[in-house]
Amino acid sequence: MADLLSDSFLTSRLDAALGWARKFSIFQYPFVTACCGMEYMATACSHYDVDRFGAGLPRFSPRQADVLFVVGTISHKMAPVLKRIHDQMAEPKWVVAFGVCTCTGGFYDNYATVMGIDTIMPVDVYIPGCPPRPEMVLDGLMKLQNKIQDQHTHGRRPAPEARPAGFDV
Amino acid sequence: MTNSSLIELVAGRFPQAVLASHTYRGDETVALRPDSLLAVARFLKEDPALRMNFLMDLTAVDYSAFGKSPAPAFFASSGVAVSPSAEIPDENPWRGPPSKARFAVVYHFFSLEHKHRLRLVVPIEEACAELDSLTSLWAGAGWLEREVWDMFGIRFRGHPDLRRILMYKEFEGHPLRKDYPVNKRQPLIGPVN
Repeated sequence: MADLLSDSFLTSRLDAALGWARKFSIFQYPFVTACCGMEYMATACSHYDVDRFGAGLPRFSPRQADVLFVVGTISHKMAPVLKRIHDQMAEPKWVVAFGVCTCTGGFYDNYATVMGIDTIMPVDVYIPGCPPRPEMVLDGLMKLQNKIQDQHTHGRRPAPEARPAGFDV
Repeated sequence: MTNSSLIELVAGRFPQAVLASHTYRGDETVALRPDSLLAVARFLKEDPALRMNFLMDLTAVDYSAFGKSPAPAFFASSGVAVSPSAEIPDENPWRGPPSKARFAVVYHFFSLEHKHRLRLVVPIEEACAELDSLTSLWAGAGWLEREVWDMFGIRFRGHPDLRRILMYKEFEGHPLRKDYPVNKRQPLIGPVN
């Protein structure tokens, strides 16, 4: 009986409505550490106008934010701070890796740099580029919206995927 | 005052301390014995003809890999000159590392009063990688010396607070030493990747 009800008409419509509401009211926490911040500001301001996607109000408290934008290179010294910010955000929450440094470490291959923030936290959308164009950011934002729209039925987000074996740099 | 007199001033006052000197396009450099650093620095700051009241930079060089590999191919093929143009005479050129010592600590001084600059190079051996601190003369030397300690592992006698400044205290080793593995990472959280 529970299996029959789980896909019933009313539940799916409610979840769809919730997902629709959530994806157009993204409160972002911009964790800006480096030069990508300039491109983030360009995207957020009126010329590209991230508010068209309902993401116009950055919240500078992780407890009020839905999406963590990690914008710029993350060093090993900074990594525990970033992890703590992520832990402080309330569910449901999403993470966007903005710029190639946050995706993979970028061209930094040294003692100081975290080789991609997905080594310390789950990431939903990767926006590569050094820095990414505002169009790429908006594309990533729309992909995130699709994810938010679809993810509602799963409840809590699944655990991050383990890195493949033999991935050592 | 002509620039060439700066080297002469230092060499005339401290003939035993000066190991070498050279000039490049009017920028002068004096290589010093480590034990005379503090006396020379005080002279640079307090002598009325010098008045070096601004310590612009303080850094170090690890010469342990110097000359052991050829210049990167990029520079050879890019058309960027890797050596000074021969058209402009260089009367007192650089003759390579100041000594056989592994490290050299480099000080850049500027006089806001006289508008002249002088670079001091102090070679020190790895076994006794310790120098006198200049914090008693230039308070700004404090953080720069902490950076040199952090990156190169060179200690400074008399520094009030010689801690790491860029890396975290759990970090082991000194990353700008040439024998620090280029890919070695010491993450605080997450995998060693």
